[in-house]
Amino acid sequence: MVVKNADGREILMTMVNAIHENKQYLGDIDGLIGDGDHGMNMNKGFMTYAERMGEDATGFTDGLSDLGMILLNEIGGSMGPIYGTIFMEMADAADGEEDITLELFGKMLGAGLEGLYGIVDARPGDKTLVDTLCPCVDYIKGAAKENKEYREALEGMKECAEKGKESTKDMIAMYGRASRLGERSKGVLDAGAASCCIILKAMADGMEKVLK
Amino acid sequence: MQRILNDPDHIVDEMLSGFVKAHPEIVKPTAHSRVLAAKNAPVDGKVGVVTGGGSGHKPAFIGYVGKNMCDSAAVGEICSSPTAAAFLDAFKAADGGRGVACLYGNYSGDNMNVKMAVRMAKKEGLEVKTVVANDDVASAPKDQKEKRRGVAGEILMWKCRGAKAAKGAGLDEVVMAAQKAIDNTRSVGIGLTPCTLPAVGHPNFEIKEGTMEVGIGHHGEPGIEVCELETADKMARRMTDIVLPDYPFVSGDEVAVLVSGLGATPVMELYVLYNEIEQLISQKGIRIHKAYVGNYFTSLDMMGATLTVMKLDEELKELLDFDCYTVGLKQL
Repeated sequence: MVVKNADGREILMTMVNAIHENKQYLGDIDGLIGDGDHGMNMNKGFMTYAERMGEDATGFTDGLSDLGMILLNEIGGSMGPIYGTIFMEMADAADGEEDITLELFGKMLGAGLEGLYGIVDARPGDKTLVDTLCPCVDYIKGAAKENKEYREALEGMKECAEKGKESTKDMIAMYGRASRLGERSKGVLDAGAASCCIILKAMADGMEKVLK
Repeated sequence: MQRILNDPDHIVDEMLSGFVKAHPEIVKPTAHSRVLAAKNAPVDGKVGVVTGGGSGHKPAFIGYVGKNMCDSAAVGEICSSPTAAAFLDAFKAADGGRGVACLYGNYSGDNMNVKMAVRMAKKEGLEVKTVVANDDVASAPKDQKEKRRGVAGEILMWKCRGAKAAKGAGLDEVVMAAQKAIDNTRSVGIGLTPCTLPAVGHPNFEIKEGTMEVGIGHHGEPGIEVCELETADKMARRMTDIVLPDYPFVSGDEVAVLVSGLGATPVMELYVLYNEIEQLISQKGIRIHKAYVGNYFTSLDMMGATLTVMKLDEELKELLDFDCYTVGLKQL
């Protein structure tokens, strides 16, 4: 089983729809310990991408690269550079490849995380989206080594993303606006970890749809 | 929500368009729709001075673009950092051939986007140095000063840096003056009501009727204490009690004082607040060289005020007194 890079449209549109459907939810989470604009800004970036794409087909890597550029160059905030970097690094890691094997997907996720580490100081445990992304990277890399079935691996990644997101609830924020709250940031999910979970789960859902 | 709006998603663009139409003698648009420049920018042979930040803080940030303050500003969405591309184009719009000093507030989004923009500028051969404002005393303890947010103290920092650049100083001197300005500055805010992002339509945090939040941030970041609403005089005492010991400002010092409304507080109440602040500061033997009272750095429709105190030396005094002409600050 493999994901064809050429079948990117389905994957990207699944991601766009997931963010659009969760706009309010993300805004509400962010409002608890942040400033409440996370859902709005993410939605604006993803919808801009969907508008530009129109009805056109796109490769998975090309789509990630285009989406990343829009987030970085047109949305700004914290999430523009963060997701822009992750998506563009993921795209670069598999640029020109026809088949996105499970091993290559692991490399892509790893490159995204490395890129993120280049611009933020946050590491696992700091109550950020790193807590969602990092376990997913490790899991997919491990699954590829064990020759796990592709669909099973994607399902497993979705669970990791969910667990990773939930783990931020009991953490104390170390970075971003919520970090000024110290202990008061406990008991609430991190908005970035929540959006990252939505994105990774949607990415996996989209990939499962085009898995051949 | 009683607001003057069209589509809330277009509010920043429509505001910028209106701003340029209203003040053509001070600012001009640039090729980047989210970058405004001073009418005469870039000035050949002068260090370029740039700032940038999210929208919703009028007159900050674009209101301080103009003669002898900022050459350009990058504009973000409401309460959200401008993009790296906007910062980069703002650097270019300000570049007079002697490098660029970018001064902005300490927020994670701004830090990331400025960092990326500085890297991109370097690749294109443009030298940019940065100074990060961190004057908000309530946002972190003194031993973690690098975590503190930048608030209204940024205005005094821009003022001093702009004057220094206008006097012909080199990039390093301009950056040093700005760093000294912000190192000498402390601020605190009190919020009486929350603010509402137009596209969200309701406040995203709560300040209960009859209470106030001490140490609130410019985006509603929670403060250090929620207490019962007090008289203006008690608020003044509370604010000076937080700001003065932190630096500390002591007898014999000369200072500049800036009291800014947060957007929805009537300006007359700011003068009531300043009336007591002036007395409390003077009683301590601290001399107020210059005072600013008004809506200098706001938070959409939040009610409340911030107090900023800056210790002056001969250099900062001269820079602060230097003339400037912007929408937010005009000094002759």
